[in-house]
Amino acid sequence: MEIFDLTLHELHEKLKAKELSSVEATKAMLARIEAVDGKVHAYITVTPEQALAEAEAADQRIAAGNIDLLTGIPVALKDIFVTKGIRTTCGSKILENFIPPYDGTAVAKLKERGAVIVGKLNQDEFAMGSSCESSYFGSCKNPWNLECIPGGSSGGSAAAIAAREATATLGTDTGGSIRQPASHCGIVGLKPTYGRVSRYGVIAYASSLDQVGPMTRDVKDAAIMLGAVAGHDPMDSTSVDTPVPDYLATLEAGVKGLKIGLPAQYYIEGLDPDVKRSMDEAIALYKSLGAEICEVSLPHTEYAVATYYLIATAEASSNLARYDGVRFGHRSENAKGLIDMFAKSRAEGFGDEVKRRIMLGTYALSSGYYDAYYLKAQKVRTLIMQDFLKAFESVDLLLTPVAPTPSFKIGEKLADPLQMYLSDIFTIPVNLAGTCGMSIPAGMSAAGLPIGLQLIGKPFGEETVLRAGYAFERETDWHNLRAAL
Amino acid sequence: MKITRAEVEHVAKLARLELSEPELDTFTAQMDSILAYVEKLNALDTDGIVPTSHAVPMENAFRPDQPKDSIGVEAALANAPQHTDSFFQVPKVIE
Repeated sequence: MEIFDLTLHELHEKLKAKELSSVEATKAMLARIEAVDGKVHAYITVTPEQALAEAEAADQRIAAGNIDLLTGIPVALKDIFVTKGIRTTCGSKILENFIPPYDGTAVAKLKERGAVIVGKLNQDEFAMGSSCESSYFGSCKNPWNLECIPGGSSGGSAAAIAAREATATLGTDTGGSIRQPASHCGIVGLKPTYGRVSRYGVIAYASSLDQVGPMTRDVKDAAIMLGAVAGHDPMDSTSVDTPVPDYLATLEAGVKGLKIGLPAQYYIEGLDPDVKRSMDEAIALYKSLGAEICEVSLPHTEYAVATYYLIATAEASSNLARYDGVRFGHRSENAKGLIDMFAKSRAEGFGDEVKRRIMLGTYALSSGYYDAYYLKAQKVRTLIMQDFLKAFESVDLLLTPVAPTPSFKIGEKLADPLQMYLSDIFTIPVNLAGTCGMSIPAGMSAAGLPIGLQLIGKPFGEETVLRAGYAFERETDWHNLRAAL
Repeated sequence: MKITRAEVEHVAKLARLELSEPELDTFTAQMDSILAYVEKLNALDTDGIVPTSHAVPMENAFRPDQPKDSIGVEAALANAPQHTDSFFQVPKVIE
Protein backbone atom coordinates (compact mmCIF):
# COMPACT_ATOMS: atom_id res chain seq x y z
CA MET A 1 0.00 0.00 0.00
CA GLU A 2 1.23 3.48 -0.89
CA ILE A 3 1.77 5.99 1.91
CA PHE A 4 -0.81 8.37 0.43
CA ASP A 5 -3.36 5.54 0.60
CA LEU A 6 -3.26 5.36 4.39
CA THR A 7 -6.13 6.76 6.44
CA LEU A 8 -5.36 9.23 9.21
CA HIS A 9 -5.59 6.61 11.95
CA GLU A 10 -3.47 4.13 9.96
CA LEU A 11 -0.78 6.73 9.28
CA HIS A 12 -0.84 7.73 12.95
CA GLU A 13 -0.09 4.13 13.97
CA LYS A 14 2.87 4.01 11.58
CA LEU A 15 4.22 7.35 12.82
CA LYS A 16 3.81 6.22 16.41
CA ALA A 17 5.60 2.91 15.73
CA LYS A 18 8.31 4.91 13.89
CA GLU A 19 7.80 2.78 10.77
CA LEU A 20 7.44 6.05 8.90
CA SER A 21 8.44 9.66 9.51
CA SER A 22 6.25 12.67 8.93
CA VAL A 23 8.80 13.95 6.41
CA GLU A 24 8.42 10.72 4.42
CA ALA A 25 4.62 10.90 4.60
CA THR A 26 4.62 14.58 3.62
CA LYS A 27 7.00 14.01 0.71
CA ALA A 28 4.81 11.13 -0.50
CA MET A 29 1.75 13.36 -0.36
CA LEU A 30 3.48 16.24 -2.17
CA ALA A 31 4.62 13.81 -4.88
CA ARG A 32 1.06 12.53 -5.21
CA ILE A 33 -0.24 16.09 -5.60
CA GLU A 34 2.41 16.72 -8.24
CA ALA A 35 1.39 13.54 -10.07
CA VAL A 36 -2.40 13.90 -10.16
CA ASP A 37 -3.45 17.46 -9.38
CA GLY A 38 -2.95 18.59 -12.95
CA LYS A 39 -5.99 16.44 -13.73
CA VAL A 40 -8.06 16.99 -10.58
CA HIS A 41 -7.24 20.61 -9.70
CA ALA A 42 -8.16 20.13 -6.05
CA TYR A 43 -5.56 22.67 -4.93
CA ILE A 44 -5.41 26.42 -5.36
CA THR A 45 -2.12 26.71 -3.46
CA VAL A 46 0.37 23.99 -2.48
CA THR A 47 2.84 24.88 0.30
CA PRO A 48 5.72 22.36 0.05
CA GLU A 49 8.35 24.39 1.92
CA GLN A 50 6.19 25.18 4.94
CA ALA A 51 4.85 21.62 4.92
CA LEU A 52 8.31 20.07 5.03
CA ALA A 53 9.39 22.41 7.83
CA GLU A 54 6.25 21.47 9.80
CA ALA A 55 6.91 17.78 9.10
CA GLU A 56 10.45 18.08 10.47
CA ALA A 57 9.11 19.76 13.59
CA ALA A 58 6.52 16.98 13.92
CA ASP A 59 9.22 14.33 13.66
CA GLN A 60 11.18 16.00 16.45
CA ARG A 61 8.04 16.09 18.55
CA ILE A 62 7.40 12.40 17.89
CA ALA A 63 11.04 11.56 18.74
CA ALA A 64 10.49 13.36 22.06
CA GLY A 65 7.53 11.07 22.74
CA ASN A 66 4.95 13.85 22.44
CA ILE A 67 2.67 12.46 19.72
CA ASP A 68 -0.94 13.53 19.25
CA LEU A 69 -3.36 11.77 16.89
CA LEU A 70 -2.68 14.53 14.34
CA THR A 71 1.05 14.98 14.78
CA GLY A 72 2.82 14.65 11.46
CA ILE A 73 -0.36 14.05 9.43
CA PRO A 74 -0.52 15.84 6.03
CA VAL A 75 -3.79 17.79 5.98
CA ALA A 76 -5.18 20.43 3.64
CA LEU A 77 -7.69 23.23 4.11
CA LYS A 78 -10.46 24.67 2.01
CA ASP A 79 -9.21 28.09 0.89
CA ILE A 80 -11.89 29.73 3.05
CA PHE A 81 -9.72 29.19 6.16
CA VAL A 82 -7.54 32.15 6.95
CA THR A 83 -3.90 31.01 7.24
CA LYS A 84 -1.11 33.23 8.54
CA GLY A 85 1.38 33.99 5.79
CA ILE A 86 -0.31 31.67 3.27
CA ARG A 87 -2.40 33.20 0.51
CA THR A 88 -6.13 32.75 1.18
CA THR A 89 -8.39 33.40 -1.80
CA CYS A 90 -11.80 31.93 -0.94
CA GLY A 91 -11.87 30.99 -4.63
CA SER A 92 -12.23 34.64 -5.63
CA LYS A 93 -10.34 37.10 -7.77
CA ILE A 94 -11.08 39.78 -5.19
CA LEU A 95 -8.79 37.94 -2.71
CA GLU A 96 -6.30 36.70 -5.31
CA ASN A 97 -3.35 38.24 -3.46
CA PHE A 98 -4.63 38.26 0.11
CA ILE A 99 -2.10 37.03 2.69
CA PRO A 100 -3.77 36.88 6.11
CA PRO A 101 -1.96 38.19 9.19
CA TYR A 102 -3.39 35.48 11.47
CA ASP A 103 -4.56 31.86 11.69
CA GLY A 104 -8.21 31.00 12.28
CA THR A 105 -9.02 28.95 15.37
CA ALA A 106 -9.56 25.59 13.62
CA VAL A 107 -6.25 26.00 11.78
CA ALA A 108 -4.43 27.01 14.98
CA LYS A 109 -5.83 23.93 16.74
CA LEU A 110 -4.60 21.62 13.98
CA LYS A 111 -1.17 23.25 14.09
CA GLU A 112 -0.95 22.97 17.88
CA ARG A 113 -1.47 19.25 17.52
CA GLY A 114 1.35 19.06 15.02
CA ALA A 115 -0.63 18.57 11.81
CA VAL A 116 1.27 19.38 8.60
CA ILE A 117 -0.57 21.73 6.25
CA VAL A 118 0.22 20.85 2.64
CA GLY A 119 -1.98 23.42 0.95
CA LYS A 120 -5.21 25.28 0.32
CA LEU A 121 -8.07 23.68 -1.56
CA ASN A 122 -10.30 24.69 -4.44
CA GLN A 123 -13.89 25.75 -3.79
CA ASP A 124 -16.80 27.64 -5.23
CA GLU A 125 -16.18 31.38 -4.95
CA PHE A 126 -17.02 32.47 -1.37
CA ALA A 127 -18.52 28.98 -0.86
CA MET A 128 -21.42 29.91 -3.14
CA GLY A 129 -22.15 26.94 -5.32
CA SER A 130 -22.81 23.21 -5.46
CA SER A 131 -20.30 22.24 -8.15
CA CYS A 132 -16.96 24.01 -7.63
CA GLU A 133 -17.47 25.61 -11.05
CA SER A 134 -17.64 29.14 -9.67
CA SER A 135 -14.00 29.07 -8.51
CA TYR A 136 -12.01 31.93 -10.08
CA PHE A 137 -9.09 29.50 -10.30
CA GLY A 138 -10.93 27.04 -12.52
CA SER A 139 -13.19 24.06 -11.86
CA CYS A 140 -12.08 21.20 -9.69
CA LYS A 141 -12.86 17.78 -11.21
CA ASN A 142 -14.41 14.67 -9.74
CA PRO A 143 -11.64 12.03 -9.41
CA TRP A 144 -14.19 9.30 -10.29
CA ASN A 145 -14.96 10.95 -13.62
CA LEU A 146 -12.97 13.99 -14.68
CA GLU A 147 -15.87 15.28 -16.79
CA CYS A 148 -18.08 15.50 -13.71
CA ILE A 149 -18.29 18.02 -10.88
CA PRO A 150 -16.86 17.06 -7.48
CA GLY A 151 -19.75 18.86 -5.78
CA GLY A 152 -19.46 22.06 -3.86
CA SER A 153 -18.69 24.28 -2.38
CA SER A 154 -15.97 22.24 -0.60
CA GLY A 155 -15.26 20.39 -3.87
CA GLY A 156 -11.48 20.60 -3.54
CA SER A 157 -11.60 19.22 0.01
CA ALA A 158 -13.63 16.21 -1.17
CA ALA A 159 -11.68 15.62 -4.40
CA ALA A 160 -8.35 15.80 -2.54
CA ILE A 161 -9.44 12.96 -0.25
CA ALA A 162 -10.86 10.87 -3.10
CA ALA A 163 -7.69 11.40 -5.18
CA ARG A 164 -5.47 10.68 -2.15
CA GLU A 165 -3.93 14.16 -2.27
CA ALA A 166 -4.32 14.75 1.50
CA THR A 167 -4.85 12.45 4.47
CA ALA A 168 -7.66 14.60 5.87
CA THR A 169 -9.16 17.98 5.03
CA LEU A 170 -11.42 20.63 6.51
CA GLY A 171 -14.39 22.10 4.69
CA THR A 172 -17.28 24.38 5.55
CA ASP A 173 -21.00 23.75 5.13
CA THR A 174 -23.66 26.45 4.80
CA GLY A 175 -26.31 24.51 2.85
CA GLY A 176 -24.60 21.20 2.14
CA SER A 177 -21.10 22.28 1.13
CA ILE A 178 -19.39 19.49 3.11
CA ARG A 179 -21.94 16.70 2.72
CA GLN A 180 -22.84 17.05 -0.96
CA PRO A 181 -19.24 16.97 -2.31
CA ALA A 182 -18.42 14.16 0.16
CA SER A 183 -21.31 12.20 -1.34
CA HIS A 184 -20.26 12.94 -4.93
CA CYS A 185 -16.63 11.95 -4.27
CA GLY A 186 -17.27 8.87 -2.12
CA ILE A 187 -15.73 10.15 1.12
CA VAL A 188 -16.93 10.99 4.65
CA GLY A 189 -18.04 14.56 5.37
CA LEU A 190 -19.44 15.78 8.68
CA LYS A 191 -21.26 19.05 9.27
CA PRO A 192 -21.33 19.54 13.03
CA THR A 193 -24.07 21.30 14.97
CA TYR A 194 -24.01 25.09 14.59
CA GLY A 195 -21.75 26.42 17.36
CA ARG A 196 -19.75 23.19 17.78
CA VAL A 197 -16.66 24.50 15.93
CA SER A 198 -15.40 28.09 16.03
CA ARG A 199 -15.92 30.16 12.88
CA TYR A 200 -13.14 32.60 13.83
CA GLY A 201 -10.87 32.95 10.83
CA VAL A 202 -13.35 31.35 8.43
CA ILE A 203 -14.31 33.77 5.68
CA ALA A 204 -18.01 34.46 6.24
CA TYR A 205 -20.75 33.58 3.76
CA ALA A 206 -23.97 33.25 5.80
CA SER A 207 -23.09 33.60 9.46
CA SER A 208 -26.16 31.95 10.98
CA LEU A 209 -25.62 28.83 8.83
CA ASP A 210 -21.84 28.45 8.24
CA GLN A 211 -20.13 25.61 10.09
CA VAL A 212 -16.66 24.00 9.90
CA GLY A 213 -16.29 20.24 9.58
CA PRO A 214 -13.98 17.37 8.67
CA MET A 215 -13.79 15.61 5.29
CA THR A 216 -12.02 12.30 5.56
CA ARG A 217 -11.47 8.79 4.24
CA ASP A 218 -13.53 7.08 6.93
CA VAL A 219 -15.73 7.72 9.96
CA LYS A 220 -12.97 7.13 12.51
CA ASP A 221 -10.88 9.84 10.85
CA ALA A 222 -13.86 12.19 10.99
CA ALA A 223 -14.21 11.52 14.73
CA ILE A 224 -10.51 12.34 15.24
CA MET A 225 -10.68 15.55 13.20
CA LEU A 226 -13.89 16.76 14.87
CA GLY A 227 -12.42 16.12 18.31
CA ALA A 228 -9.41 18.21 17.29
CA VAL A 229 -11.27 21.31 16.12
CA ALA A 230 -14.47 21.34 18.24
CA GLY A 231 -14.99 23.46 21.32
CA HIS A 232 -15.83 26.89 22.63
CA ASP A 233 -13.74 29.83 21.44
CA PRO A 234 -13.84 33.28 23.02
CA MET A 235 -13.14 34.69 19.54
CA ASP A 236 -16.49 33.38 18.21
CA SER A 237 -19.40 34.43 20.39
CA THR A 238 -21.66 31.94 18.57
CA SER A 239 -19.47 28.97 19.48
CA VAL A 240 -21.15 27.00 22.24
CA ASP A 241 -19.62 26.25 25.61
CA THR A 242 -20.62 22.57 25.76
CA PRO A 243 -17.95 19.99 26.66
CA VAL A 244 -16.44 18.15 23.68
CA PRO A 245 -17.03 14.41 24.13
CA ASP A 246 -14.40 11.79 23.33
CA TYR A 247 -15.86 10.81 19.95
CA LEU A 248 -13.57 7.77 19.66
CA ALA A 249 -14.73 6.33 23.00
CA THR A 250 -18.29 5.68 21.78
CA LEU A 251 -17.50 4.93 18.14
CA GLU A 252 -17.85 1.14 18.41
CA ALA A 253 -21.04 1.08 20.47
CA GLY A 254 -23.14 -0.16 17.52
CA VAL A 255 -26.73 0.68 16.57
CA LYS A 256 -28.68 -2.01 18.43
CA GLY A 257 -31.84 -0.43 19.79
CA LEU A 258 -31.18 2.90 18.04
CA LYS A 259 -34.28 4.43 16.47
CA ILE A 260 -33.71 5.66 12.94
CA GLY A 261 -36.35 7.75 11.18
CA LEU A 262 -36.95 7.96 7.45
CA PRO A 263 -38.48 11.36 6.61
CA ALA A 264 -41.29 10.68 4.12
CA GLN A 265 -40.55 13.94 2.28
CA TYR A 266 -37.01 12.78 1.42
CA TYR A 267 -38.09 9.57 -0.29
CA ILE A 268 -39.94 11.16 -3.13
CA GLU A 269 -40.96 10.17 -6.64
CA GLY A 270 -38.19 11.04 -9.03
CA LEU A 271 -35.36 10.15 -6.69
CA ASP A 272 -32.57 8.74 -8.85
CA PRO A 273 -33.00 4.92 -9.01
CA ASP A 274 -29.36 4.26 -8.04
CA VAL A 275 -29.72 6.58 -5.04
CA LYS A 276 -33.00 4.89 -4.09
CA ARG A 277 -31.43 1.43 -4.28
CA SER A 278 -28.46 2.50 -2.11
CA MET A 279 -30.84 3.89 0.51
CA ASP A 280 -32.91 0.68 0.50
CA GLU A 281 -29.76 -1.40 1.00
CA ALA A 282 -28.56 0.86 3.83
CA ILE A 283 -31.94 0.68 5.57
CA ALA A 284 -31.92 -3.12 5.33
CA LEU A 285 -28.39 -3.22 6.73
CA TYR A 286 -29.27 -1.03 9.71
CA LYS A 287 -32.29 -3.25 10.41
CA SER A 288 -30.08 -6.33 10.37
CA LEU A 289 -27.73 -4.62 12.84
CA GLY A 290 -30.58 -4.18 15.30
CA ALA A 291 -31.67 -0.61 14.64
CA GLU A 292 -35.36 0.17 14.72
CA ILE A 293 -36.56 1.86 11.52
CA CYS A 294 -39.69 3.98 11.28
CA GLU A 295 -41.17 6.66 9.06
CA VAL A 296 -41.24 10.27 10.30
CA SER A 297 -42.51 13.51 8.79
CA LEU A 298 -40.71 16.79 8.17
CA PRO A 299 -43.71 18.58 6.67
CA HIS A 300 -41.99 21.87 5.76
CA THR A 301 -39.17 20.29 3.72
CA GLU A 302 -40.42 21.66 0.41
CA TYR A 303 -39.99 25.23 1.69
CA ALA A 304 -36.37 24.81 2.75
CA VAL A 305 -34.64 25.79 -0.50
CA ALA A 306 -36.67 29.00 -0.85
CA THR A 307 -36.05 29.85 2.82
CA TYR A 308 -32.34 29.19 2.46
CA TYR A 309 -31.87 31.33 -0.64
CA LEU A 310 -33.42 34.32 1.11
CA ILE A 311 -31.62 33.98 4.44
CA ALA A 312 -28.22 32.94 3.04
CA THR A 313 -28.17 35.64 0.36
CA ALA A 314 -29.31 38.33 2.81
CA GLU A 315 -26.51 37.44 5.20
CA ALA A 316 -24.05 37.19 2.31
CA SER A 317 -24.93 40.64 0.99
CA SER A 318 -24.08 42.05 4.40
CA ASN A 319 -20.94 39.94 4.97
CA LEU A 320 -19.52 40.70 1.52
CA ALA A 321 -19.93 44.45 1.94
CA ARG A 322 -16.42 44.42 3.43
CA TYR A 323 -14.86 43.79 0.00
CA ASP A 324 -14.60 47.41 -1.00
CA GLY A 325 -11.03 47.69 -2.23
CA VAL A 326 -9.93 49.81 0.76
CA ARG A 327 -8.18 47.65 3.37
CA PHE A 328 -7.42 44.47 1.44
CA GLY A 329 -8.39 42.71 -1.76
CA HIS A 330 -8.67 43.86 -5.35
CA ARG A 331 -8.99 47.57 -6.14
CA SER A 332 -10.05 48.77 -9.56
CA GLU A 333 -7.56 50.98 -11.36
CA ASN A 334 -10.24 52.52 -13.56
CA ALA A 335 -12.33 54.28 -10.94
CA LYS A 336 -13.30 57.92 -10.72
CA GLY A 337 -13.89 58.79 -7.07
CA LEU A 338 -14.63 56.72 -3.99
CA ILE A 339 -18.11 55.31 -4.71
CA ASP A 340 -17.08 54.41 -8.25
CA MET A 341 -14.00 52.67 -6.78
CA PHE A 342 -16.27 50.49 -4.59
CA ALA A 343 -18.63 49.58 -7.43
CA LYS A 344 -15.86 48.88 -9.97
CA SER A 345 -13.62 46.94 -7.55
CA ARG A 346 -16.55 44.69 -6.66
CA ALA A 347 -17.64 44.35 -10.29
CA GLU A 348 -14.13 43.31 -11.34
CA GLY A 349 -13.43 41.15 -8.29
CA PHE A 350 -16.60 39.08 -7.92
CA GLY A 351 -17.83 36.34 -10.25
CA ASP A 352 -21.38 35.82 -11.54
CA GLU A 353 -22.76 33.61 -8.76
CA VAL A 354 -21.46 35.89 -6.02
CA LYS A 355 -22.92 38.94 -7.75
CA ARG A 356 -26.25 37.16 -8.18
CA ARG A 357 -26.42 36.28 -4.47
CA ILE A 358 -25.38 39.74 -3.33
CA MET A 359 -28.11 41.16 -5.56
CA LEU A 360 -30.77 38.76 -4.29
CA GLY A 361 -29.80 39.36 -0.66
CA THR A 362 -29.69 43.13 -1.07
CA TYR A 363 -33.15 43.00 -2.62
CA ALA A 364 -34.53 40.76 0.17
CA LEU A 365 -33.25 43.21 2.79
CA SER A 366 -34.17 46.41 0.96
CA SER A 367 -36.80 48.85 2.12
CA GLY A 368 -40.30 47.64 1.26
CA TYR A 369 -39.26 44.00 0.73
CA TYR A 370 -37.72 43.09 4.11
CA ASP A 371 -40.97 41.80 5.67
CA ALA A 372 -42.15 39.98 2.56
CA TYR A 373 -38.90 38.13 1.97
CA TYR A 374 -36.34 38.13 4.78
CA LEU A 375 -38.70 38.17 7.77
CA LYS A 376 -41.01 35.66 6.11
CA ALA A 377 -38.05 33.33 5.52
CA GLN A 378 -36.94 33.62 9.15
CA LYS A 379 -40.43 32.60 10.26
CA VAL A 380 -40.48 29.61 7.94
CA ARG A 381 -37.05 28.71 9.31
CA THR A 382 -38.72 28.37 12.72
CA LEU A 383 -41.24 25.91 11.26
CA ILE A 384 -38.47 23.87 9.63
CA MET A 385 -36.55 23.76 12.91
CA GLN A 386 -39.65 22.65 14.78
CA ASP A 387 -40.11 19.80 12.27
CA PHE A 388 -36.73 18.40 13.27
CA LEU A 389 -37.22 18.87 17.00
CA LYS A 390 -40.56 17.09 16.78
CA ALA A 391 -39.09 14.19 14.76
CA PHE A 392 -36.30 13.83 17.31
CA GLU A 393 -38.86 13.31 20.07
CA SER A 394 -39.43 9.83 18.65
CA VAL A 395 -36.15 8.90 16.89
CA ASP A 396 -32.41 9.19 17.58
CA LEU A 397 -31.31 9.73 13.99
CA LEU A 398 -32.64 10.38 10.51
CA LEU A 399 -31.38 8.49 7.46
CA THR A 400 -31.74 10.24 4.10
CA PRO A 401 -30.03 10.61 0.72
CA VAL A 402 -27.46 13.42 0.57
CA ALA A 403 -28.34 14.53 -2.94
CA PRO A 404 -31.20 13.53 -5.26
CA THR A 405 -28.73 12.37 -7.95
CA PRO A 406 -25.06 11.35 -8.20
CA SER A 407 -22.59 13.91 -9.57
CA PHE A 408 -23.44 15.59 -12.88
CA LYS A 409 -21.42 16.83 -15.87
CA ILE A 410 -19.43 20.03 -15.66
CA GLY A 411 -21.47 22.81 -17.27
CA GLU A 412 -24.77 20.94 -17.08
CA LYS A 413 -26.53 23.22 -14.59
CA LEU A 414 -24.54 26.43 -15.04
CA ALA A 415 -27.15 28.29 -17.08
CA ASP A 416 -29.98 27.62 -14.65
CA PRO A 417 -29.13 28.72 -11.10
CA LEU A 418 -32.45 27.48 -9.72
CA GLN A 419 -31.79 23.90 -10.89
CA MET A 420 -28.37 24.08 -9.23
CA TYR A 421 -29.96 25.34 -5.99
CA LEU A 422 -32.43 22.44 -5.96
CA SER A 423 -29.58 19.91 -5.87
CA ASP A 424 -29.13 20.86 -2.19
CA ILE A 425 -32.70 20.02 -1.23
CA PHE A 426 -31.76 17.28 1.31
CA THR A 427 -28.87 19.10 2.96
CA ILE A 428 -30.19 22.65 3.35
CA PRO A 429 -32.85 21.85 6.01
CA VAL A 430 -30.11 20.60 8.38
CA ASN A 431 -28.34 23.98 8.27
CA LEU A 432 -31.59 25.85 8.79
CA ALA A 433 -32.32 23.67 11.83
CA GLY A 434 -28.73 24.14 13.02
CA THR A 435 -28.23 20.47 13.73
CA CYS A 436 -25.57 17.97 12.58
CA GLY A 437 -25.39 15.67 9.55
CA MET A 438 -22.82 13.37 8.01
CA SER A 439 -22.42 11.92 4.52
CA ILE A 440 -20.86 8.46 4.28
CA PRO A 441 -20.14 6.37 1.15
CA ALA A 442 -23.09 4.02 0.57
CA GLY A 443 -23.05 2.91 -3.04
CA MET A 444 -22.06 3.42 -6.65
CA SER A 445 -24.24 4.40 -9.58
CA ALA A 446 -24.42 2.33 -12.76
CA ALA A 447 -22.17 4.98 -14.32
CA GLY A 448 -19.53 4.46 -11.63
CA LEU A 449 -20.18 7.56 -9.54
CA PRO A 450 -20.30 7.45 -5.71
CA ILE A 451 -23.52 7.79 -3.74
CA GLY A 452 -23.61 8.97 -0.13
CA LEU A 453 -26.13 8.51 2.61
CA GLN A 454 -26.85 11.18 5.18
CA LEU A 455 -27.23 10.56 8.89
CA ILE A 456 -28.83 13.53 10.64
CA GLY A 457 -28.47 13.79 14.41
CA LYS A 458 -29.99 15.80 17.22
CA PRO A 459 -28.31 19.11 18.06
CA PHE A 460 -24.91 18.18 19.57
CA GLY A 461 -25.64 14.54 18.74
CA GLU A 462 -22.40 14.04 16.76
CA GLU A 463 -21.49 11.02 18.92
CA THR A 464 -24.59 9.12 17.76
CA VAL A 465 -24.08 10.14 14.13
CA LEU A 466 -20.45 8.95 14.18
CA ARG A 467 -21.32 5.75 16.00
CA ALA A 468 -24.05 4.87 13.47
CA GLY A 469 -21.77 5.80 10.56
CA TYR A 470 -19.02 3.60 11.93
CA ALA A 471 -21.42 0.64 12.34
CA PHE A 472 -22.38 0.98 8.65
CA GLU A 473 -18.81 1.38 7.48
CA ARG A 474 -17.66 -1.74 9.34
CA GLU A 475 -20.14 -3.82 7.34
CA THR A 476 -19.54 -2.27 3.92
CA ASP A 477 -16.66 -1.65 1.55
CA TRP A 478 -17.74 1.56 -0.22
CA HIS A 479 -15.27 3.75 1.68
CA ASN A 480 -12.37 1.53 0.62
CA LEU A 481 -12.95 2.02 -3.12
CA ARG A 482 -10.42 4.25 -4.86
CA ALA A 483 -10.88 6.25 -8.03
CA ALA A 484 -8.56 5.18 -10.84
CA LEU A 485 -6.51 8.20 -11.83
CA MET B 1 -42.77 39.92 -13.59
CA LYS B 2 -41.57 39.84 -10.00
CA ILE B 3 -38.80 42.33 -10.62
CA THR B 4 -38.12 44.88 -13.34
CA ARG B 5 -34.85 45.83 -14.98
CA ALA B 6 -35.07 49.26 -13.34
CA GLU B 7 -35.39 47.64 -9.91
CA VAL B 8 -32.38 45.43 -10.60
CA GLU B 9 -30.44 48.55 -11.54
CA HIS B 10 -31.48 50.18 -8.27
CA VAL B 11 -30.47 47.10 -6.22
CA ALA B 12 -27.09 47.05 -7.95
CA LYS B 13 -26.58 50.63 -6.87
CA LEU B 14 -27.49 49.76 -3.26
CA ALA B 15 -25.06 46.81 -3.38
CA ARG B 16 -22.27 48.97 -4.85
CA LEU B 17 -21.94 46.69 -7.84
CA GLU B 18 -21.36 48.07 -11.30
CA LEU B 19 -23.24 45.77 -13.68
CA SER B 20 -22.87 45.75 -17.45
CA GLU B 21 -25.90 45.97 -19.75
CA PRO B 22 -25.84 42.22 -20.54
CA GLU B 23 -25.45 41.45 -16.81
CA LEU B 24 -28.50 43.57 -16.03
CA ASP B 25 -30.53 41.59 -18.57
CA THR B 26 -29.34 38.21 -17.29
CA PHE B 27 -29.81 39.08 -13.62
CA THR B 28 -33.29 40.49 -14.25
CA ALA B 29 -34.39 37.22 -15.83
CA GLN B 30 -32.65 35.01 -13.25
CA MET B 31 -33.78 37.01 -10.21
CA ASP B 32 -37.28 37.01 -11.62
CA SER B 33 -37.38 33.22 -11.77
CA ILE B 34 -35.80 32.84 -8.31
CA LEU B 35 -38.27 35.33 -6.80
CA ALA B 36 -41.14 33.48 -8.48
CA TYR B 37 -39.85 30.29 -6.86
CA VAL B 38 -39.59 31.79 -3.35
CA GLU B 39 -43.19 33.01 -3.65
CA LYS B 40 -44.12 29.53 -2.49
CA LEU B 41 -43.39 30.63 1.08
CA ASN B 42 -46.56 32.72 0.92
CA ALA B 43 -48.58 29.49 0.88
CA LEU B 44 -47.65 29.14 4.57
CA ASP B 45 -49.51 30.97 7.31
CA THR B 46 -46.78 32.35 9.57
CA ASP B 47 -48.89 34.69 11.71
CA GLY B 48 -47.69 34.50 15.28
CA ILE B 49 -44.55 32.49 14.38
CA VAL B 50 -41.41 33.86 16.02
CA PRO B 51 -38.65 34.46 13.44
CA THR B 52 -35.39 32.51 13.90
CA SER B 53 -32.14 34.39 13.48
CA HIS B 54 -29.96 31.71 15.06
CA ALA B 55 -30.66 28.00 15.39
CA VAL B 56 -28.92 27.71 18.75
CA PRO B 57 -30.24 29.75 21.70
CA MET B 58 -27.82 32.63 22.19
CA GLU B 59 -27.14 35.01 25.00
CA ASN B 60 -24.96 38.03 24.69
CA ALA B 61 -21.35 36.98 25.19
CA PHE B 62 -19.60 39.38 27.56
CA ARG B 63 -15.93 39.62 28.41
CA PRO B 64 -13.96 42.00 30.59
CA ASP B 65 -13.25 45.28 28.82
CA GLN B 66 -9.48 44.93 28.84
CA PRO B 67 -7.13 45.87 26.03
CA LYS B 68 -5.40 42.95 24.33
CA ASP B 69 -2.58 42.69 21.83
CA SER B 70 -3.50 43.81 18.34
CA ILE B 71 -1.87 42.85 15.05
CA GLY B 72 -0.17 46.24 14.72
CA VAL B 73 -0.13 48.89 12.02
CA GLU B 74 2.35 47.22 9.68
CA ALA B 75 0.44 43.91 9.49
CA ALA B 76 -2.89 45.73 9.23
CA LEU B 77 -1.66 47.72 6.23
CA ALA B 78 0.20 44.86 4.55
CA ASN B 79 -2.73 43.90 2.29
CA ALA B 80 -3.90 47.43 1.54
CA PRO B 81 -4.07 48.28 -2.18
CA GLN B 82 -2.73 51.75 -1.31
CA HIS B 83 -1.49 53.21 1.96
CA THR B 84 0.75 55.86 3.48
CA ASP B 85 2.75 55.43 6.69
CA SER B 86 -0.20 54.58 8.90
CA PHE B 87 -3.32 55.19 6.80
CA PHE B 88 -5.36 53.39 4.17
CA GLN B 89 -5.50 55.63 1.10
CA VAL B 90 -8.62 56.05 -1.02
CA PRO B 91 -9.49 58.27 -3.99
CA LYS B 92 -10.19 61.87 -3.10
CA VAL B 93 -13.69 62.23 -1.60
CA ILE B 94 -14.15 66.01 -1.43
CA GLU B 95 -13.59 68.14 -4.51
